Amino acid sequence: MKLTIPELSVVALIGASGSGKSTFARQHFKPTEVLSSDYCRGLVADDENDQTVSNEAFDVLHYIAAKRLALGRMVVVDATNVGTEGRKPLIELARKYHALTVAIVFDLPEKLCQERNQERPDRQFGPHVVRRHIQQLRRSLPNLKREGFRYVYVLKSVEEIAAVEVEKQPLWNNLKGEHGPFDIIGDVHGCFDELHALLLKLGYAITPQPDDAEFAYSVSHPDGRKAVFLGDLVDRGPNTPGVLRLLISMVAGGTGLCVAGNHESKLLRKLNGRDVQITHGLAESLAQLDAQPAEFKPQVAKWLDGLVSHYVLDDGKLVVAHAGLREEMHGRGSGAVREFAMYGETTGETDEFGLPVRYNWAAEYRGKAMVVYGHTPVPEPEWLNNTIDVDTGCVFGGKLTALRYPERELVSVPAAHTYYAPARPFLPEQEAAPVLTAQQQHDDLLDISDVIGKRYVGTRLHRNVLVREENAIAALEVISRFAVDPKWLIYLPPTMSPTETSSQPNLLEHPSEAFAYYRHQGIASVVCEEKHMGSRAVVIVCRDEAVARRRFGISEGFGVVYTRTGRPFFAPPLAVEFLTRVRTALDVANVWAEYNTDWLCLDCELMPWSAKAQDLLRHQYAAVGAAARVALHDAVAALQQASEHGLEVGELLTSYGERAGMVEQYIAAYRRYCWPVNSISDLKLAPFHLLASEGAVHSDKPHPWHMAQLARICAADPELLLATPYQLVDVTDQTSQEAGVTWWEELTARGGEGMVVKPHDFIGRGPKGLAQPAIKVRGREYLRLIYGPEYTTAENMERLHARRLGAKRSLALGEFALGIEGLERFVRHEPLRRVHECAFGVLALESEPVDPRL
Amino acid sequence: MLLTITNTQAPASDLGYLLHKNPARVQSFELSFGKAHVFYPEANDERCTVALLLDIDAVGLARNHQKPGGEGGMLAQYVNDRPYVASSFMSVAIAQIFRSAMAGRSPSHEQLADTALPLTARLSALPCRGGEMFLRHLFEPLGYIVNVAPHPLDEQFPDWGSSRYYTVELAANCRLRDLLTHLYVLMPVLDDEKHYYVSQDEVEKLLGKGEGWLAAHPEREAITQRYLRHKPYLTQAALARLSEDDAPDPDLEDELHDKEEEQAEEGISLNQQRLGSVLAALKGSGAHRVLDLGCGEGRLLHLLLDDKSFSEIVGVDVSYHVLEKAKQRLRLDHLPARQQERIKLLQGSLTYRDDRLKGYDAAAIVEVIEHLDPPRLTAFARVVFEFAHPATVVMTTPNAEYNVKWESLPAGRFRHRDHRFEWTRTEFQTWAQDAAARFGYAVRYLPIGPDDEAVGAPTQMAVFTLLS
Repeated sequence: MKLTIPELSVVALIGASGSGKSTFARQHFKPTEVLSSDYCRGLVADDENDQTVSNEAFDVLHYIAAKRLALGRMVVVDATNVGTEGRKPLIELARKYHALTVAIVFDLPEKLCQERNQERPDRQFGPHVVRRHIQQLRRSLPNLKREGFRYVYVLKSVEEIAAVEVEKQPLWNNLKGEHGPFDIIGDVHGCFDELHALLLKLGYAITPQPDDAEFAYSVSHPDGRKAVFLGDLVDRGPNTPGVLRLLISMVAGGTGLCVAGNHESKLLRKLNGRDVQITHGLAESLAQLDAQPAEFKPQVAKWLDGLVSHYVLDDGKLVVAHAGLREEMHGRGSGAVREFAMYGETTGETDEFGLPVRYNWAAEYRGKAMVVYGHTPVPEPEWLNNTIDVDTGCVFGGKLTALRYPERELVSVPAAHTYYAPARPFLPEQEAAPVLTAQQQHDDLLDISDVIGKRYVGTRLHRNVLVREENAIAALEVISRFAVDPKWLIYLPPTMSPTETSSQPNLLEHPSEAFAYYRHQGIASVVCEEKHMGSRAVVIVCRDEAVARRRFGISEGFGVVYTRTGRPFFAPPLAVEFLTRVRTALDVANVWAEYNTDWLCLDCELMPWSAKAQDLLRHQYAAVGAAARVALHDAVAALQQASEHGLEVGELLTSYGERAGMVEQYIAAYRRYCWPVNSISDLKLAPFHLLASEGAVHSDKPHPWHMAQLARICAADPELLLATPYQLVDVTDQTSQEAGVTWWEELTARGGEGMVVKPHDFIGRGPKGLAQPAIKVRGREYLRLIYGPEYTTAENMERLHARRLGAKRSLALGEFALGIEGLERFVRHEPLRRVHECAFGVLALESEPVDPRL
Repeated sequence: MLLTITNTQAPASDLGYLLHKNPARVQSFELSFGKAHVFYPEANDERCTVALLLDIDAVGLARNHQKPGGEGGMLAQYVNDRPYVASSFMSVAIAQIFRSAMAGRSPSHEQLADTALPLTARLSALPCRGGEMFLRHLFEPLGYIVNVAPHPLDEQFPDWGSSRYYTVELAANCRLRDLLTHLYVLMPVLDDEKHYYVSQDEVEKLLGKGEGWLAAHPEREAITQRYLRHKPYLTQAALARLSEDDAPDPDLEDELHDKEEEQAEEGISLNQQRLGSVLAALKGSGAHRVLDLGCGEGRLLHLLLDDKSFSEIVGVDVSYHVLEKAKQRLRLDHLPARQQERIKLLQGSLTYRDDRLKGYDAAAIVEVIEHLDPPRLTAFARVVFEFAHPATVVMTTPNAEYNVKWESLPAGRFRHRDHRFEWTRTEFQTWAQDAAARFGYAVRYLPIGPDDEAVGAPTQMAVFTLLS
């Protein structure tokens, strides 16, 4: 006997003790699919036969079953399941998780069960128990279907059990193996002409076959595309039979897929002779069908009966359903799923036109799969959380629309007429002013559950990046209290690792190691950029306020300047002045036309350091300098005095004298990065990455491209904007490397911070994956600000040479990948929460404990 | 790093006997944090000066993670003033190297040890949190003539102002042991930092060293408080890493600013009146299940817990650190189980939609909105009114008009440095009216604190009621 079991189902094994359920389960199911009540008794009380802990054991069993079902896994319940009260929770679980239900009944003679139990020393509970089981089972048998079991299989003998073959059957909606490309078409409602026109526009060849009684058309597409219909093919419109004939042909011919809409469901009931209300355009269909040859109606009824309510396509990346589908229902099969797929969800209220108010399930949608649906006519399809409604109300005088997948392009043809008056007007009465998209309106507020707790953020460049809960706690506080509006926060810069520690004893960092690093990564060409000593700044500039509103959903301002942790750089009036200067430069450089964009995102360094770091300078750098100077001066004086009256302090005097000298060098070092700022003109902005513009993240262009583009922009306002000097180095060429080293030596000798070495391409890959996007090589004097004024003594140098870069480098990669990922998501117009989780992730990673001096 | 002590009572070099250090020698000592050198820059009958010169190994301290206090605090930095200033390191060095002298033990010169001598101590760089005034308040009551020279942060940048370091001379006629003890206790107090973990023994130590002078000292409270530095808290390190160059520790800064605000609002116990009024409004609304959004350390939560009419109380704050403090203040872990069930604390943000805040009768939002950047208020209003959607919202915020009444508050300054704005009554009411209209609430206003005819009351309260 072959038992067909749907791949996602709750299977209840029903039988008395000793009827062979466990043996059967072992034979036909994976051990992990089988949940045994005896095993759960053992889990909670160390004894598989302890009947006094049944309640606890079943709690555990149901809990595990729920987790498996939520994850889309089959559950086989190995318990006697002879009583209604035991089966009821299983039916409820299946209903909750939209799984199907199967009962396999072991209806064996009592004698056989009794004998088996007697052979087992652990089952000495007396014959009355088995007798009661069998009585209960027999009483249950006629009721199993009514209780809610979709499939009931009764096995009546040992032989029958031995002959069983279990066949796991995929659900009808599972078309994961269909990869498209698809053209997904919204509600047709009998608009045959528009459908015909749309299919032609999409490139389908449609040949009528007047002689074929069953299939009226032959349809094909040169690129092998398939049309996917979202249901509501029938009713209201002028030619429902024509649409049905075309569809029946396409589905049979393999160029069409179709899910059922609510109108198909009602028409089918009518055709099957049920009593339904002839409303909402059903009358038109019936009249048109009546005019067709008699054999057509049964053909239609049969075809409609075979329609599935939703499909999961393309490895689960695409879900289509007439009215949309919540994530937890994807690929599931239950009455509730079918109901939702065809009718959607309503709030229980009705609007001023007497129509039910729809519950906007898409607003809460967080699933990975794209969901394409129809059912509710909209003037223009709009993306919301990776879902889109493509019913553009053709029958109401709108248009018929197709979404091309995977291209995400919309193609439509206008309705030739208004065939049917909508109960609720769906076309805007007049051309409205540009407003926020549905996605932007939804994104006006982020949800806290999308950021708190431990989470993994998937990135294209560098797999999943883990954000730990404690880091999210810190990031939430900082973002909430100090950051700019999250709508601006499309990117946060990654941390940067220094080079491996120099092999030279008197230097901590030197370009040689950075060159070697990239050489070992298999990267020959690198770019050395001067490292500016200021504060990291992300600058986003829009052409005007309208662009900021339209593209970023921001109600005030046309740009923003923020720090590495997302804080606004300037107070509002100064920010506007600063951004205006930058925008003017962009206007002059004609970037808008050049990149075909109306906004830009730049990664920059803003100088002087003292503009931002006033407090740090005063509380730490200058303070240490002031204290050190006084103390060392006095110490040297005291030692001198002692030496003058004959004490042996020579060595101490030399050492303290040298230390006093180092402190002077230290003070000179920080002073270089400080100058008073009285107006915008005292600031310098050095952009070094042209990160993104409309439709593009420029991580696909090499660094020299960025340098050249930015130099051109900087030339438009040389007073404020500073083009970053750079050099190309071939790390497989000795002479070229030496030139790079010399350049670094000159830079640092002039008091520069040092340089940043980057792979020639923005994204460099080595044998083990992503290479460091940048490595800094800092100068000897600059490092006094990092390792202390006296770090250059031999004793200190020796100890400082021991430093570990592993954690820093892994953070740098994770943050870099997150930064680019956020930009890519923004450029793809993904929901804000998807962009935000990247910036949030960078900030959270930044709170990881790593040596702050690296 | 340098302490000198000069004796001018002949024979002055007897100082060497009291210190158990021979004036003719240069001695070096190994300490846990580096080295100390003791030598005499001068030693004759008229004047004898001993120098205690510390050589603190900053790199070693920063690298050695075993050392307590090494995480996130001053000591984690290589760029650090510790090697150069008189701090708790100096106290430890005194206690180790001059141990007998500090105990007053000098078998050979017992009498001299018990005699008051004309002594002058000089500290090259003494960090004084609280400035010269506090320094004088500490030492002058103990009989010292105090000579102070301040130092600028950087003479090239005069607008950066002066540093917190002073070269200090303390002259008195006193026993050497008293001078050493006073320095031992008061240097870290001025510095307001400790390089080691402050444990329970510190109390005993302070009581021992302070015997005979601390109890009568007019600044005894400040001394005790600072001497027993508070412990670092859990999230401090993580937050410090996210801090910006211009705001090293947001929570610590806030604490300081909270105190400033309290001082600014002093004299009328405004905070009590505010909390009382909020409580009254909540009770008046008939609410049982209440939210305290931006609960801080939980002063309002405390009042709510004491009132049986509130069956469920949720405190929400974005700072994990203050929630921990609230938990301690409210002794949540020690409450009876029934009481614990009534209250919970959540980390949350008022600019993110939060389903956990749904379904409550009322929300109190006390002195919170002024901490949000004005562009974020739209999000805040939606989070509270549209999504949390309680029947009653009680909100308070400063009335900017009243600020002129406080002499201590400079014109144009906010009461708290983290305030992003302070509103006049008209401004607040315009905003509240608009929010109420948008989200279907009615709103009424109440003054809190003395209601001045011209400028109103220091705090303004709005009570929003959901229109059914």
